Amino acid sequence: MKKTLSRVYMALIFLFLYAPIVILILFSFNDSDTKSRAVWSGFSLRWYQKLFSNAELLNALRNTVIIAIIAAVVATILGTVAAIGINSMKKWSKRVIMNIGNLPMVNPEIVTGISLLLLFVFGARLLHVELGIFSVILAHITFCLPYVILSVMPKLRQMDNSLYEAAQDLGCTPVRSFFKVVFPEILPGIITGAVMAFTLSIDDFVISYFTSGTTQTLPVYIYSMTRKRVSPEINALSTLLFGTILVLLLIVNFSKKKSGDTKEAAQER
Amino acid sequence: MKSKAIAAPYIVWMCIFIVVPLFLVAYFAFTDSTGAFTLENIIQVGQYSDVFLRSIWMGALATLFSLLLGYPLAYIISKSNLRRQSVLIMLVMLPMWMNFLLRTYAWMTLLEDNGMINNFLAALGLPRLHMINTAGAVVFGMVYDYLPFMILPLYTVLIKIDRSVIEAAQDLGANSCKVFLKVTIPMSMPGIISGITMVFVPAVSTFIISKMLGGGSNLLIGDLIDMQFLGNAYNPYLGSAISLVLMVLILICMGIMNQFDEDGSAEGGKML
Amino acid sequence: MKKLLSLFLCGLFFCTCFIFPVSAEESGEEAAPDTGVTINVYNWGEYISDGSDGTLNVNQEFTRRTGIHVNYTTFDTNESLYSKLVSGGASYDVIFPSDYMVARMINEGMLEKLDFSNIPNYTYIDEEYRNLAYDPKNEYSVPYTWGVVGIFYNKKYVKEVPTSWDVLWDDQYQGKILMFDNPRDAFGIAQKRLGYSFNSTDMAEWQEAAELLKEQKPLVQAYVMDQIFDKMEIGEAWLAPYYAGDAAILVEENDSIGFAIPTEEGTNFFVDAMCIPEGSQHKAEAEAYINFLCDPEIAAANMEYVGYSTPESSAKELMDEEITSNPIYYPPQEIIDNSEVFLSLPSDINEKIDKLWVEVKMGSSGSTYTLIAVLAGFLLLYIVIVITKTMKRRRMNRY
Repeated sequence: MKKTLSRVYMALIFLFLYAPIVILILFSFNDSDTKSRAVWSGFSLRWYQKLFSNAELLNALRNTVIIAIIAAVVATILGTVAAIGINSMKKWSKRVIMNIGNLPMVNPEIVTGISLLLLFVFGARLLHVELGIFSVILAHITFCLPYVILSVMPKLRQMDNSLYEAAQDLGCTPVRSFFKVVFPEILPGIITGAVMAFTLSIDDFVISYFTSGTTQTLPVYIYSMTRKRVSPEINALSTLLFGTILVLLLIVNFSKKKSGDTKEAAQER
Repeated sequence: MKSKAIAAPYIVWMCIFIVVPLFLVAYFAFTDSTGAFTLENIIQVGQYSDVFLRSIWMGALATLFSLLLGYPLAYIISKSNLRRQSVLIMLVMLPMWMNFLLRTYAWMTLLEDNGMINNFLAALGLPRLHMINTAGAVVFGMVYDYLPFMILPLYTVLIKIDRSVIEAAQDLGANSCKVFLKVTIPMSMPGIISGITMVFVPAVSTFIISKMLGGGSNLLIGDLIDMQFLGNAYNPYLGSAISLVLMVLILICMGIMNQFDEDGSAEGGKML
Repeated sequence: MKKLLSLFLCGLFFCTCFIFPVSAEESGEEAAPDTGVTINVYNWGEYISDGSDGTLNVNQEFTRRTGIHVNYTTFDTNESLYSKLVSGGASYDVIFPSDYMVARMINEGMLEKLDFSNIPNYTYIDEEYRNLAYDPKNEYSVPYTWGVVGIFYNKKYVKEVPTSWDVLWDDQYQGKILMFDNPRDAFGIAQKRLGYSFNSTDMAEWQEAAELLKEQKPLVQAYVMDQIFDKMEIGEAWLAPYYAGDAAILVEENDSIGFAIPTEEGTNFFVDAMCIPEGSQHKAEAEAYINFLCDPEIAAANMEYVGYSTPESSAKELMDEEITSNPIYYPPQEIIDNSEVFLSLPSDINEKIDKLWVEVKMGSSGSTYTLIAVLAGFLLLYIVIVITKTMKRRRMNRY
C-alpha cells in the first residue's frame, strides 16, 4: 500500500516535470506552415532540415559553445589556483574572501547582471570598445568561479598536507610536487567544478541578456523568439541536444554498471 | 603549501568583477542623471512596495510548494535501492538540460484557455479552468522551474542520515511518525535551508516567468528592474535603487535562514 | 568521476561537431568578395523577409551581393530599442525606429546624419514620405514602411465589425482582449477614445488616458507585442489592436480572423524608418544596407513577405496586384486623413508617461512606509533570532 502510494506520487511529480518537455519534442515534428505551437497538423521532419540552414540559429549556438568552453576552462584554472591559495590563508581572511566571492551565487541573478552591465558600459566607454562576446565571457567566468572553488575546496581540506611536504623534502620543486602529489588528489573536485561551470554557462540567460551587447547566445536568441513566435526549429535543436545528453547519460550509466560489476567480481576473487 | 600569494589573481578578479560592479549599482542608486547626489531614487522605490510585497509573497508561496512537493520525493528516492537512486536523481536533473525559457513557454501551450489541459478537461466533460495569466500560473511556473533545486540538496542530506540514529529512536519506542518528525526532519534541516534559499532567491527576482505566464500584468521586482534597464521605461538610476533594495532584502532573508540552519544542526547534535 | 569526465568530453565533441559546418552559405554566380565587415542590424521582430517558404532571404542576398555580413537581431518596442542604445549595452549600425522615436533620437543627438550619395535608391521614395514632421529636413532617416493601427478580431466570436475603439472596453469580451505592451500605442488608443491628440502636452489628458487604461485592465488578457500572432491564431484571444501590416500573417492564413480600422475616432498613422545610430563603426556599409533595402525589386519582395506598406511606388508596381489593391495594406485616403502621427514629446512629459505606464501595469502605487516596514520587520526578526541564540548559547555554557 505504502509502496504503491509512493510510486503514484513519484509518477505524478515526474509527469509534472516532463509534461512540457514532451510537448516541446512533439511539436518539433509538427508539419505546420504557420509555426504554430498549439495546433497539431501531422508528422514531418521539415524543421530538422531547416535547422541546419538557419545561419542565425547556428551562429547563436556556436557563440554559446565558444563562450561556455572558454568560460569553463578559465574559471576552472583560476578557481583551482585560487582555492589552493585561499586554503592556506588564515581563518578570518579566508572567511572574508569566501563571503565576497560567493556573492554571485547568493545575489539574485538580475542584480549580478545589471551590476556587470554598468561595469562593462563604463569600461567600454573608457577603452572605446563594444560589449560583445568578450564581455559575456568575462561575466560567465565571474559567476562560474565560486562553483569551481566550492567543489575544489573540500578536496583540498581532505588532503594530507604532509604528502606535499614530503615530496619537497625528497627534492621535488614546488611546481613538480604540486603536479605529482596535489593535483591527482584534487582532480575529481576540479572536474566537477569544470562540468558545473560548463553547464551553468551553457544554460545562462539572465546575465548574458544584460551583458551580451549585439552578440546572441542561444538562450538570448530563444528569448527574442518567445517574444514573437518560437519557431519549431528551436524545438528541433533542443530535442537533439536533449537526446544527446540522454544517450550520453545512459551510456555512462551502463558502462559504470559494467565496470562496477567487474570490480565486484575482482573483489570476490 | 604556504602559498597565499597564488590567490592574488582571483582576488584582483573578484574586486574588479564583483566588488566594483556592486559599488557602481550603489553609486547609480544615489545619483541623478547629472551625477549629483540624491535620495530621490531610493524614495521612489517606495512607490513600488506593492510589487515588492507581491514578489516576496509569490516567491514564498513557490518555495513552500516546492518544499511540500520536493520533500516526499527526495525522501522516497533516498529510501529506494542504490541503483534506482542514481537513475531517479538523473531523471530529476534531466529536465534542466532543456532550456528553461522553452520549458516555460511550453507551459503556455498547456495552461491556456484553449490549451491542452483545458481541451483534455472538456473532452472528459469537465468544466474548463482559467489558469494562464493569473498569479497562480506564475507561482506554478516558479515551482516547476525551481523544484529540482529543492530536491537535490534535500536528497544529499537525506542519504547521509545515519540509519542507526533512526533505529535507535525506534528502539527507544518512537513510532515511525514520531521518528520522521523528531529525527528525520531536524536532521535534514541543512538541506531544507539550502533548498529554500536556492528556490526563494531566483523565484523572487525572476522576470521571465511573470512575463510568459502572468500576461504582463502580474509585475514582479525583476520585471521592474528589467523595464528600467532594457525595457520600456529607461531609468538606470531608479533601476539601480530597486536592485539595491532587493539585494538588501535578500541578504537579510538569507541571514535569517542561516540562523535556522545552525539551530537545526545544533539540535541535531544535541540529540546525538 | 570518470563518468563526469567522459560526459564532459563527449559533450565537447558533440558541440564542436556543430560549430564548424556553420558558414555553409551557398555562393551564387556573382558573389562579391568577402569584405570581412559585419554590420549589426537591429530590427523589429518578423520585419524582414527571411527566406522561409521560398521567399527572398534579404540578409543573405545582401551578403552575397556586397560581401558584407549581417548580424541581425530583433527588438519588440521602440522604447526597448531606445533603452538598449542609451544604456550603452550595445552598438548597432542600422536601426528601425518609428516616427516619434526618430524625432526623440534626433533631439538627443543619438543619430548620425546620412550621406545620401551612398543611398542613390532614395530617389525611389515617394514625395509624400519625405521630409515628414519627425525629420523635417530628411537628414537622418529613410522610410522603410508605413501603416495604420487597427483591430484584429475573431469573426467567430466578435460578430460586428469593430468601428470604434470602444470594443476594447466591452466587458462581454472580458479576458479575450490583448493590449499593446508599450506606452505610446496603449495610451494612444485611450487618447483617441477620449478624443484627445496623441501628442498632447497637457498632463491632465495623459492622466485621464491612464485612468481609462486602468479601467480596461480587468478585461485585458495580457499585455503583449508580437505574441498576438500566436494567441489570435489559436483563438486564445479574440480582440487585439495591432499594426495593419501583420494582416499578412494573421488574416491571410486564418479565415476566422478579420481586421478593421476604427473609423469613428480615427487611428494612428506610422512610418518606420531606417537610421544609423551615432558612433556606428561601419557607416558606409550601413548606408549600403539601407540603399539595398530601398532597391525597388528588393523592397517589393521584402514587403510582400512582411506585409507592411511600402513608401515606394516603383516597388508597389512590382508587387502582387492582390496585395496592392487590398485596403488593409493600402487604405483609402480618407482613413489616412482621419489618422494622426505620433510626434516626439518633451522629455519631462516622456518621463511622466513612463511612470504612468508602470502604474497602469502595476496597479495602484504603494506607500514608502510599507516597504520600510517590511525591511525593518525582517531586520528585527534577524536581530531577535541572533540575540535569542547568543543568550541560549550563554546559558548552555553556564551549565
